[in-house]
Amino acid sequence: MENRLSHPGLQPVAPLIEPGHDDASITATVSDIVLEKPQPKAWWAVFFLSGGLLTILGLSTLWLFWMGLGIWGINVPVGWGFAIVNLVWWIGIGHAGTLISAILHLFHQGWRTAINRFAEAMTLFAVMCAGLFPLLHVGRPWAIYFILPYPNTMALWPQFRSPLLWDVFAISTYATVSMLFWYTGLLPDLATLRDRAPRGIKKTLYGIFALGWRGSARHWHRYETAYLLFAGLSTPLVVSVHSVVSLDFAISVIPGWHATIFPPYFVAGAIYSGFAMVLTLLIPIRKLYKLEDFITLHHLDLMAKVMLATGLIVLYGYASEVFYGLVYSGSEHETFMMWNRITGPYGWSYIALLLCNGVALQFLWSKRVRTSAVPLFILSIIVNIGMWLERFVIVVTSLTRDYLPSSWGHYTPTLYDWAAYVGSIGLFFFMVCLFVRYLPMINIFEMRHLNRHIRHESHS
Amino acid sequence: MEASVEHAPVDYEALRARLAHETGPLYWRSLEELATLDEFDALVHREFPSGATDPLDPVSRRNFLKVMGASIMLSGLASCARQPDEQIVPYVKQPEQTVPGKAQYFATATTLGGYGLGLVATSHTNRPTKLEGLKEHPSSLGRTDAFAQATLLDLYDPDRLDTVRQDGHERDYQALVSALRPVLERIATNQGAGLHLLTETVTSPTFGRQMAQLRERFPQLRWHQYEPANRDNARQGALDAFGVYVQTLYDFKKAALVLSLDADFLCVGPGRVRYAADFADARDADNGAMNRLYVAECAPTLTGANADHRLSQPFSQIETLARALARLLGVSGVEVDAEAVRALPEAWVNAVAQDLRAAGRGRSIVIPGDGQPPAVHALAHVLNDALGNVGETVLYKNPIEVEPTDQTASLRGLVEDAAAGRIELLVILGGNPVYNAPADIDVLGALEALRGKTTVHLTSHFNETSAHCAWAVPEAHFLEAWGDVRGHDGVASIVQPLILPLYPDAKSAHEILALLLGEENAYGLDIVRETWQSTLDDNAWKTALSRGIIQGTAAAAARLPQPPQPPGPHTPPPRSGVDVVFRTDPGVYDGRFANNGWLQELPRPLTKLTWDNAVLLSRATAAKLGVRDEDLVEVTIAGRGVRGAALVQLGHPDDTVTLHLGYGRERAGRVGAGLGFNAYAVRTAQAPWYATGATLKKAGGRYPLARTESHHLIEQSEHAGRRHLVREAPLAHFREHPDFAQHMGAHAPAAHKTLYKPEEKAYDGYAWGMTIDLNRCIGCNACIVACQSENNIPVVGKDQVIRQREMQWIRVDRYYKAGGAAGFDDPEVVFQPIPCMQCENAPCEPVCPVGATMHSKEGLNDMVYNRCVGTRYCSNNCPYKVRRFNFYKFADHDTPQLKLMHNPNVTVRGRGVMEKCTYCVQRINAARIEAKRENRSVRDGEIVTACQSACPAGAIVFGDTRDAASRVAKLKANPRNYGLIEEIGTRPRTTHLAKLRNPSPALAESRPAQPEEHA
Repeated sequence: MENRLSHPGLQPVAPLIEPGHDDASITATVSDIVLEKPQPKAWWAVFFLSGGLLTILGLSTLWLFWMGLGIWGINVPVGWGFAIVNLVWWIGIGHAGTLISAILHLFHQGWRTAINRFAEAMTLFAVMCAGLFPLLHVGRPWAIYFILPYPNTMALWPQFRSPLLWDVFAISTYATVSMLFWYTGLLPDLATLRDRAPRGIKKTLYGIFALGWRGSARHWHRYETAYLLFAGLSTPLVVSVHSVVSLDFAISVIPGWHATIFPPYFVAGAIYSGFAMVLTLLIPIRKLYKLEDFITLHHLDLMAKVMLATGLIVLYGYASEVFYGLVYSGSEHETFMMWNRITGPYGWSYIALLLCNGVALQFLWSKRVRTSAVPLFILSIIVNIGMWLERFVIVVTSLTRDYLPSSWGHYTPTLYDWAAYVGSIGLFFFMVCLFVRYLPMINIFEMRHLNRHIRHESHS
Repeated sequence: MEASVEHAPVDYEALRARLAHETGPLYWRSLEELATLDEFDALVHREFPSGATDPLDPVSRRNFLKVMGASIMLSGLASCARQPDEQIVPYVKQPEQTVPGKAQYFATATTLGGYGLGLVATSHTNRPTKLEGLKEHPSSLGRTDAFAQATLLDLYDPDRLDTVRQDGHERDYQALVSALRPVLERIATNQGAGLHLLTETVTSPTFGRQMAQLRERFPQLRWHQYEPANRDNARQGALDAFGVYVQTLYDFKKAALVLSLDADFLCVGPGRVRYAADFADARDADNGAMNRLYVAECAPTLTGANADHRLSQPFSQIETLARALARLLGVSGVEVDAEAVRALPEAWVNAVAQDLRAAGRGRSIVIPGDGQPPAVHALAHVLNDALGNVGETVLYKNPIEVEPTDQTASLRGLVEDAAAGRIELLVILGGNPVYNAPADIDVLGALEALRGKTTVHLTSHFNETSAHCAWAVPEAHFLEAWGDVRGHDGVASIVQPLILPLYPDAKSAHEILALLLGEENAYGLDIVRETWQSTLDDNAWKTALSRGIIQGTAAAAARLPQPPQPPGPHTPPPRSGVDVVFRTDPGVYDGRFANNGWLQELPRPLTKLTWDNAVLLSRATAAKLGVRDEDLVEVTIAGRGVRGAALVQLGHPDDTVTLHLGYGRERAGRVGAGLGFNAYAVRTAQAPWYATGATLKKAGGRYPLARTESHHLIEQSEHAGRRHLVREAPLAHFREHPDFAQHMGAHAPAAHKTLYKPEEKAYDGYAWGMTIDLNRCIGCNACIVACQSENNIPVVGKDQVIRQREMQWIRVDRYYKAGGAAGFDDPEVVFQPIPCMQCENAPCEPVCPVGATMHSKEGLNDMVYNRCVGTRYCSNNCPYKVRRFNFYKFADHDTPQLKLMHNPNVTVRGRGVMEKCTYCVQRINAARIEAKRENRSVRDGEIVTACQSACPAGAIVFGDTRDAASRVAKLKANPRNYGLIEEIGTRPRTTHLAKLRNPSPALAESRPAQPEEHA
């Protein structure tokens, strides 16, 4: 078999691992980034920039807690603004990691090996960002524990019918499982780093977190079982989390929210935006850290194909919304909602959304685009913007004009809305920087395994 | 204690001497102790022999452990709650009738424009917390308007003048008394020459009595009266027509047809609340005939919005219309300019004339607006006379004011006297003439000329006038001081205070008059009691206090010396440039309520504007000028200019602007200063209500306006129509199809079509519900302020209103409906009050993650404030958008005065909490407790929500829908009853009753004959 995993009849663009690597070179390439080499200048630039944004997030959050939600642009009728848009956006981004690490693992897709560690880390950071917003956006953050089903003397339970409560369970489960899955997968590599690190604090810390991994057969046996179990546990989460998040909207009565298509449409959108974010991060990183041998054009091509597929599902969702709204529903409120979405005061956002997710997406049909790093990078950013706009259109445009025209309103984000949004991006990149700096961003042992497998196959 | 201890009687002289040498705080248990400390010690020792006074001495091991153990325990206790360090004094004897936690109710009356409105004030532990109408009072019938509701906030306004001030320095009242003494003596020697009084309109009998006394003592004194929204034209019109002053009252209940000649009788003027009530009763098509209202007006008013036919005409054409009608009705001696008549829409005039004739003698009303010139008033008298209305629907009474005066002339006289140096002592009782006098009457100059003389201003706030008077005396609020006042029909009420003045120096006008009479420390009660001494014995006085009105004091019918004389020849004033119409503001009135946050934040009925006035103009005029809403424009009249934000008002006549009075205050307080523009700056004595020849130009720049409904008036209104939010039909159609409202819009899904088991929503006991009759609602906003007052709803300020964060629990939606040929430029207006709909399938309830909004067994959507974490999901999911969120800490928890005002039965909400209408659940609970105590069910009508109680038109009815005999259940069975957007399955407990209009068949072609319905 050739050095590629592909469907017969399709000509792959590049191998999964460029030739000339053995166990030692793979281990060295990945672990040297953490242990030996100085960080490239770009790392420092991103580190400080995102650190600055993180500071903005911290300060604006302090001010938010001191003053109250009034510093944001929300109002009645638009009770949810950037915070919920960001929440949904970040949660969506997280989905790529779980899909790659769990579902592709179960399907034995070898190409996931080079990117799963990174994508999973990205998932965690995105969930961190997402998890921040529910805390920020409630009126009384000091009482947010009311939402948890904890035993109390008043025998009060939360409201189990509320999708927001389902969110709490869905997102916390998701965060926990993703964290454990990621950490379990890290153990052998942490041990590698422990073994390669010079004596000192690094060795100690990696040693602690490696949990005494010695690479015995029994370890490997248990590891493989646990990993498979986690993959199995995570798989439904890929579908469930964003379905539950979409129910926040679908359960409601507001035109533009009240739509049964939301769960599948949201899940597709989540994977779509998640892959876009993986590309946004990996394209520069493979260049910066010279990882082109491991994250090859073949990977980019495959990820772009996933984007194309999920993006088309999302487009189908848009089309069906228009169909239901304008043609099928027969409801004055739904029809108006759709017209308003297209031609109303926020029509620009819908048009921009169609340009980002509808028009730009079509470039992915081209193999040349799929296999060129720079256009793909630009497209991935456009898709990220498009998916943010999608959530903006759903959350804000629907709320501004609902049933009673007397209560129509407008939402104008304030400086603090932007600060929280930009700040969360800062948090995300800050965490990515730390991850790249301190942990192996590519799964070393799985790469060695894959490499051997490929070499073995090709030799025999 | 045995009386064995004897000691010398207390030597007070020695005591004083000893105290004189003590420094620092000294406490003693009795005078004996102080007098003889040594002896006292001995006494104590004898009484508590073993270590009683000093338990720790000597420190034994046992004592030590005991005390330590106790203190450790106590320290734990002490940390539970920090006890305030203050003395409390319990009642030794419970005051009679005072039960803590139980409200008391007192009859009193508020005054606006000189006329009283009877009120019932709720008092919680001696703090007035709510005002409601007094059923027995003929001006109120138990209802109120927004102004009356809001006067409660005036009492607690933290910006009130709190002490006497002389030239800005704080003084006490005695300083004023001593300062006035020599001045008064001097004046007395001159027969009172030099003593001038300036008041607003006065109907108070006590004031009249005191004035008579004062004139006896100071025969030369001059009494001036002025208020900007005065009724000079009405007085002059009566004088012209009859040769005497008469007060005109109207009986709208009897009138089948009403023609308003620019009269906003539902909102402005004495009797407005009563008229609104009677008018609404006369439109009750369910129980009889429905009246028809024609309104000819020069700028849109609320009364015009309620008209069946509204005619928008330039100001001067109102007179032409009146004259033309008089001619058509065959009144002799009325001239009319033929050219001016041609400019009137002939069909309209003919239809009105025909209708007036058809209505029958004594069955119509022609009512002129206070702003219209005397000729129109005279014409109205003539028309009413010709139609046989006098004695039926139009009643002439003796003047109710103590001394009807041409107020503009009166004020001018004051200024002239000041300039001529004829004033020694000027006492201004209330009012704010420096701010609100006509621009060509220089009150400020007059006050400057009086520098060095004594000028005293009795005022609630240190305002523009106080700043130019030598003395400013805090005026007691009507809930703080005794007084009396007459209603629109002359019935007198005692103004009963509920609380001592919050500021000890605050005085009433009566007390100041008494001071002028030399009774330096007269108490208001004695003064008022004296007035009624001859007519009311003690029992009758008590009855008058508890009933709130004094029987038999209504004004007597006027004896008219002559039939009404038509005015002289018709000389239509030449029109040039732009017309300017002045109106009192529906929120701050003439500016007196400028510091009242409730009224400032009250969306004006038509414009939905808050916190500002604006230059109102038509779409065409705005387009011609090239201005949009919020663009600054400059209005110049005869060299005087004012600059304000433009605001398009649908239905406004072209080339005319409306300016609302009451804004541009410089010294109003923290709430009201610096808002809007001062329309008084261009209002002259010659043209107080209307000016022509003005220029209007774009001034450049913008001024943000805070409106509670967004700017897409027409788009919104079109959608409201398409969604059948307000259901409406002409009367004729209703007679044929009484259930027309059931065939508009989509139907509600059947109740059984639900995934949930019906028993999950089992109701128990009462089933509270509400109906709002759109055919009664006049859109006046009284409900909004009443609710704000009852439910401790905060004011959020202009900036927050711009950000759409107003907190009012009930709102009045206003939609336009394209009218005849002019479409949206001559629209019909509909109002729709929206409180919480208390849905049975409430979308807000299941989405709250913490269960902070729950369904009660009686069908209320209860809001649990201290459970709410503020996700705002409930508000998003509310199709009616009635929920309000505390984006900041809007409620004032700190200002001591405002703390006193809060209704103790309603939680004051903190930051980050959602709130909304509760159907006044505190009132429901109070009634339920009362009923349980008496072992019965709550009676229909026992619970009256705040909005319902305030509504002058009786549009809101609340009660138990389960009880088929209840008013609300009957109204719900009315075919006009419909649920707002019930097609989405909310099953609202609050429902609306469809609106009817009664267009004239003669003008029917201009209006759609029947509503859009499905089969």
